[in-house]
Amino acid sequence: MSLPPNSALDDVSGPGVLARSASPISDSAVPSWWAQRSGKNSRGGTSLGLGLVTLYLSFLVLIPLGAVVWKSQSNGWSAFWRQVTTPEAWDALKLTLTISVGVALFNLVMGTVIAWVLVRDDFPGKAVVELFIDLPFALPTIVAGVVLLSLYGPRSPAHVNIAFTRTAITVALLFVTLPFVVRTVQPVLIELDRDMEAAAASLGASPFLIARRIILPNLVPAMLTGTGLAFARAIGEFGSVSLLSGNLPFRTEVSAVNIYNQIQSDNPVGAAAQSTVLLVVAFVVLFALDRLKRWGVHRG
Amino acid sequence: MASVGIGGSDGTVAVRGNRRPVARYGLRFVALGYLLVLLAAPVAMVFYRAFQHGLGPIWSALTTGEARSAIEVTLIVAISAVVLNTIFGVGTALLLVRRRFPGRHLLDVLVDIPQAVSPIVVGLALILVYGKFGFFGSWIERNGIKIIFSLPGMVLATAFVSLPLVVRSVAPVLAELGDEQEQAARTLGASSWQTFRRITLPSIRDALAYGIVLSLARSLGEYGAVTVVSGHVIGKTLTLTLFIDERLQNFDEPAAYSAAVLLAIIAMGSLLISRRFRARSRSVV
Repeated sequence: MSLPPNSALDDVSGPGVLARSASPISDSAVPSWWAQRSGKNSRGGTSLGLGLVTLYLSFLVLIPLGAVVWKSQSNGWSAFWRQVTTPEAWDALKLTLTISVGVALFNLVMGTVIAWVLVRDDFPGKAVVELFIDLPFALPTIVAGVVLLSLYGPRSPAHVNIAFTRTAITVALLFVTLPFVVRTVQPVLIELDRDMEAAAASLGASPFLIARRIILPNLVPAMLTGTGLAFARAIGEFGSVSLLSGNLPFRTEVSAVNIYNQIQSDNPVGAAAQSTVLLVVAFVVLFALDRLKRWGVHRG
Repeated sequence: MASVGIGGSDGTVAVRGNRRPVARYGLRFVALGYLLVLLAAPVAMVFYRAFQHGLGPIWSALTTGEARSAIEVTLIVAISAVVLNTIFGVGTALLLVRRRFPGRHLLDVLVDIPQAVSPIVVGLALILVYGKFGFFGSWIERNGIKIIFSLPGMVLATAFVSLPLVVRSVAPVLAELGDEQEQAARTLGASSWQTFRRITLPSIRDALAYGIVLSLARSLGEYGAVTVVSGHVIGKTLTLTLFIDERLQNFDEPAAYSAAVLLAIIAMGSLLISRRFRARSRSVV
């Protein structure tokens, strides 16, 4: 029993799947599988179920992703590299990574500020803000694109037209990644023991000093996790960006759009090469987050 | 959970907060201003644009033959994907939580992979395997099956992107429940299926509902992966998200906005419903 009913957490954690990348399995359970193997687990049901699940995941996920990597290497390593570094693909990749880093860092700051305001501040309408902060996760990405286009597009009533610019890519990515940092930082902030802050304050620490020396160090792992997840999401985003950016080669074409264009122009090797790069970057980030989580666990 | 202070810790913070109203209102202003500009205002605008001439135009835009077919295709694809994910999601969660077998950690990692893959890459991956020139392409074609550029491919793409949602909703609740009751049922002579239906399923009901709502919301709105494998045949393989794109290309903004608002309302509804189920699934444990 980790959460009492009606605990504050029920109200704040949104569609937690992305934010809650923690696996339900504790690592300590893994070494024990040999020991327990001959117990209840040798039941026929397990093998059948395991067989079916493995088959399903193989045909749905493993073989297709393997095919992407295999296809990208089908003409050898140098051909792979040539495909990745064609001027158009290379520009798209650089643009994607640069903007995604910027968006992730901006999220790091704004997400933490929003989480702080949601936890420590109180204002009328807070419950509504709480609820709709998750909207970017629930909203289809193409709808996110339409939504932004309606206010910041060519027929903008606010006379702010960002369509077909790099700003549009940035805004679209900020929109779809908005909840990541908020939703990872918020639970940590709620559980943070306020007695520490009270103690520091009673010893004469300024609010700034308390924020820097007590609050921030406790939030850093969650902040980094949210930022990493936002980055991984940003590099692969397609729907909202393709609608807003105009997809001008060398100017506003991101990697996902570049891959799409290569599929359409019948260059599967090039598309697979660019995809492989995106896959590797995303996996490296997720692996680093996994390390970070373990480090946080050991430290705490 | 962090221990709650002996009392007065809230008061202390509040007092400190009141002493620094500039910082407090400053942060509030920045956070809410950002949310207004990025989220609230654009969403409000799309609703205004769609509803500015009343419900009539929306109704007629969503009842054209093309729109009706898009709604139908969306429902078929999404529901098929959700059924697949529910069956295999519950199965996977049971295996991960209740069983010990070699490679369990690998399976655990595998379930989360779809989150890290761009939707476009998902589409490409499926084409490379099930397309005309893919791994199984010639076999599939010989047997007269069509996967890519038709509904089965769209179902696969949708199932891929929403794969982790049911597993990750159900698994934590299963883990917290423990298996004492299931074992008790077994010793009393219940079969595996009886145990699952009478003991396990009722206790994970809310968590499963939460996962299904998340899955359905994701499936109804999938765009990137589906656009690659659909082939965009109007009236046949156009989902609502693809319909929005197609209408925008044809400068039919009213239809695009109507469909966008329909999907936005579904998204908001799913937020509200999923929150309820999530709270209830937590309170059962």
